[in-house]
Parts: sequence; C-alpha cells; structure tokens
Amino acid sequence: MPSWLTLHNVLRVIDNGAVKWLILVFAFVMPLASILTWMERRQSAMMQDRLGPNRANIGPIKLKGILHFVADALKMIFKEDFIPGNVHRGLFALAPVLALAPVLIAFAIIPFGPTIYPHALGQQIPSNIVEGASWLNLSDPIRGQIFQVDFGLIFYFAVLTLANYGGTLAGWASYNKWALLGGLRSSSQMMSYEVTMGLSLMGVFLVTGSLEPGYITATGWNHNYSPANPLNWLWLPQLPAMILFFTAAIAETKRAPFDIPEGEPEIIGYFVEYSGIRWGMFFLAEFIEIVFISSVIATVFLGGWQVPFLESDGFHFGGVVSFLPHGVVVALQLGAFGAKVVGLCWLQLLIRWTLPRFRADQLMSLGWKLLLPMSLAWTLVTALGTLLF
Amino acid sequence: MSHAAHDEDSHDDEGPKVLAVSGKIRTIQVHRPEPQDTSFLAATAKGLGITLKHFAKNFFLPRRKAAELGKGGAPAEAKWRNDIETVQYPEEKVQYPERFRGLHRLMLREDGAVRCVACMCCPTVCPAHCITIVPEESDSKSIEKRPAIFEIDELRCVVCGLCVEACPCDAIRMDTGEHAKPVYERATAIETKESMLSRGIKSIAVQGGEGPAWRQK
Repeated sequence: MPSWLTLHNVLRVIDNGAVKWLILVFAFVMPLASILTWMERRQSAMMQDRLGPNRANIGPIKLKGILHFVADALKMIFKEDFIPGNVHRGLFALAPVLALAPVLIAFAIIPFGPTIYPHALGQQIPSNIVEGASWLNLSDPIRGQIFQVDFGLIFYFAVLTLANYGGTLAGWASYNKWALLGGLRSSSQMMSYEVTMGLSLMGVFLVTGSLEPGYITATGWNHNYSPANPLNWLWLPQLPAMILFFTAAIAETKRAPFDIPEGEPEIIGYFVEYSGIRWGMFFLAEFIEIVFISSVIATVFLGGWQVPFLESDGFHFGGVVSFLPHGVVVALQLGAFGAKVVGLCWLQLLIRWTLPRFRADQLMSLGWKLLLPMSLAWTLVTALGTLLF
Repeated sequence: MSHAAHDEDSHDDEGPKVLAVSGKIRTIQVHRPEPQDTSFLAATAKGLGITLKHFAKNFFLPRRKAAELGKGGAPAEAKWRNDIETVQYPEEKVQYPERFRGLHRLMLREDGAVRCVACMCCPTVCPAHCITIVPEESDSKSIEKRPAIFEIDELRCVVCGLCVEACPCDAIRMDTGEHAKPVYERATAIETKESMLSRGIKSIAVQGGEGPAWRQK
C-alpha cells in the first residue's frame, strides 16, 4: 500500500467539493432522476387503473420493471445522432448541455446531510459539541453540503435561470417554427414564474435571517427550540409561501399543468428537432429539475436532513432520551433527506398526472395576476409579523 | 311543486346571452372562470384526492385473478382487490365467452374414426374458400366417404362459423376456446386433419344410416 494512501488523506479527498458533488450526483441525483422516468409511467398507470411498464428485465432480474430506464438509456445512446439541415450546429449541440448542466451545478448548495465525523461513528456526540471534547476524535469532518456560501439560495436562482438558455437556444437553433415558439414560451414562462419563486422565498429569508440553506436546516425558524422539532420547520410559519413556491417551481420544471413550452398536442416544443441522446439530455434535465425542486422544498420548508426529534446524540422525546451512536444518527438523517425528496417527487408526479394543462394566456394570467400579488402580499405580511413579534 | 316549476320557467326566460343566430346555429356567450378569478385550489385538492385514491388502492391491494379480469369492473366478491384492468397476455388469459368461435376441430365417432363424411357442405358455404377436402372411400359399409385430406387455412378463415352451421353430422366445431396461434411461416398456419382431430372428442350425436333408430335410444 503506498504511503500516501492513509485514511486521513482519503477522508480529505472525500471532503473535497468536487468529489462530494460527484458522489451526490452519481449516487443519488442521477439514479433517482432515471428511476423517476420509470416511476412516472408506473405511477400514472396506477392512477389510471393500468399496470404500466413492468417487463424490462436482465435475465430473471425484473424488479417490477425498474430496469426500463436502462433500456431507455441504451436505446437513446445507440440511436442515430440525427442533426437536421439548416440548424445552427454549434448552438444545437450546446443547448442540451445548457439545459442539463446548471441543474446539476445547483445541487451544490443543497445540504444533504449533517457534518459527519468519520472517526467518531461509533460514539455519541452530545447535542452541544464542545470543541476538543477529549473523548471524541472530531478530526477530518465531512460537511454534508458542497458549496456553503451566504448567498446560497440566490446562487440557486442565478444558476437555474441559465438552464432556461437550454430551451431557448434549442428553439432558436433548430430552424423550426414550432421549436422557436416553444423556446419563446419557455423563456416567457421562466421569466413570469421566476419572480414568484424568488418573492415567495422572501418570507423565509425574513423569518430566518439567512439565505444559506444549510443554516436554515440547522436552526429552524425559532432559535429557542430544537431544529429537529417538526413544528420548528418553516412549513408552519410559511405555509402560503410553500404553496406559492411549489406552484411556481412546478412551472419552472415545464411539466403539466404548465407544459406550455412542450405543448405536445400543438407545437411539440423546443426539442421537436432533437432525437436520441440529445433529446434524452433534455428529458433527464427535466427529471433532475424535479429532484432539485424537491430537494429545495425539503431543505427550506421541511427541515432538510432533520429527522423529527433526532438530535446528534439520539431521540429526544418529552424529556426521554434514547441515545444513539453518531453513525446511526448520520445514517438516519441521510435517509430522512432521501425520503423527503422521494416523497416530494412522488407528489409532483401525482400533480402532473392529475391536472389538465393551462392555456398559454391562462398561464400568464395565473403567474402575473394571482401568484405574483399573493407572494408580494405574503412578503408584506411576513415582514410585518417579524417586525411585531 | 309549483314553486319549482316557476323557478325553472324563470331560468328558461333568462337563458344564455345569444350573440348571433345563423339558421339553427346560435352563438351564445358562456362564462368560464379565468385563473385570476379563481385559485383552483379547492378543485385541485379534490382532483388530487381522486387520483390519490386510485393510486393507493392499486398500489396496496393485490391484483384480481386473471379469471376476474376483462369483465368491465371488479366483481362484488373482489372487494379487497385493486381496480387494475390490464391483462398480461401471454401469462394471463381472459376466459373467452361460451359462444366464442375459436380454432376448428374435427369430431370423432364412437369408434374413434373421423365423423366427417366429406359431403362438401362446408367448403361450399365457406365465403373465404379456406377449406380444402379431398374425399376417399370409407371402410365402413354404412358410410360412403371420408376425407383423405381436410385442411383449413387459418390465415384465410374469417371465423364466420358458417362451416359449423352447414355441417349435417356435427363433424366440425369451433368451440375450442382458443384462437389461431401466431406463426412465423404461412404454411404452418394451415390446420390439417390430424391437428384438428387431435383437439376433437367423441360426439354423442347419432349419424350414419341408422335411420329412425336414434328415436328409440
């Protein structure tokens, strides 16, 4: 074994932002988004008294058809890479990357777990850590967040807006009227709903005094109570903001009932000229956006990786404490984040397969005449509330 | 009673606002709520409730047995079964109705010989000309002919059942409850005398020169 390959060095590498990002994206986001492509078809089937795709298999391994996403991916990768004549080749090739990359980058601000102390996995860590507690080895910590900056959620808005260039450029580069219409609709929809998205989170910023999702998760809205108490999560004081944000976020993912840019029955959308894996990237970007929106809502409104009543040393419930080692606590908290994200993805699929789509003008009316005034009003109400109490 | 009638009358009087009339076609003004007039929240919640109910039932409850599928809705005894109607075909098969016209079969006499007397009624009546019969002398003294070759091209057959109707001796039937199998080559879609006899059973119908003797049985 080479001398540089020590546990300390390995842990240092894992704590590196790029490595953590790779682990998060390839171990959680991409698999979940891929499985969502299957889950969407299966869940919609269940909602419509059908069975859905359940036959893809590798030999005897069937897994209820989960492997359909593997079959889809193989099909898209090996399909002919067809580029129509007259398209702007550079932009045409760039557009799917622009749709996919910003969403993946935005995951950097999501706190997906607590800070892990790899040398103390078998020990209990008291709720209020005293630095240098002699019986604990707290060296080489791995922070459960890739990019911890004070402007965290602003970074998310800035980066995710770039994803819109994917759709718009695809429409522009395709040399197709329908694609261009789709691209236009995509950008107009993004502009309308981005405003509501930002404003609906304004109340959260006012209540917590922070733009940093890791801080919001770690403290909750009332500093006098434990952040692990579900009543201390932001859904309670900010329920209208949560509904507004969720609505605007679904519009941001460009899926039904807000799938105007795609508009299968009329214009097919900005990716009408795309096929094979280039189209697959648009498709995957859409599903990764679902995962991302779920992560943001789970983080900001539903306590992120917090398990109800689970502190760093065990469950605290009504004065009774059941102590747990650090490793178990971390595993539970990582699992809680995953469960919340999967649950919210499920809810988004339920909404997508329940509601009929809006007309383009109805979409604009809803965004500018209903959601925007409501988010403004809620920001005012929250501001008054924080001023008075 | 009279009050209700009066209400209806007054409602008729108001009616929808007519914008234009051209012949029998009236253009009326209808009021549809715009998104800014309603938040849709109540309707959204109701719709989500409906789909959630279907999802939960189909997700948690076991499937109905294949025999209970394809009958338009769950039977009363399948209370704790889900509503999924999908039949996974090669593994699960829906029971065809009793009068379903399926693959042909040739029936047998008491002694196991073919009942067909090669009277040529079925190839004559067949609208698709899919039946080929080559007759030969029969061994039995009371029966004149029997088919040497009896072939039905299932690709040409229109499954009308006229051959069964025409048969005077209950020799050909379509009550197997199976349908013609998919094949890779056209030649294999031709049913031969042997293959149709393999599905046949002994028929109790009396035939073959016994005259009115069947009346005494």
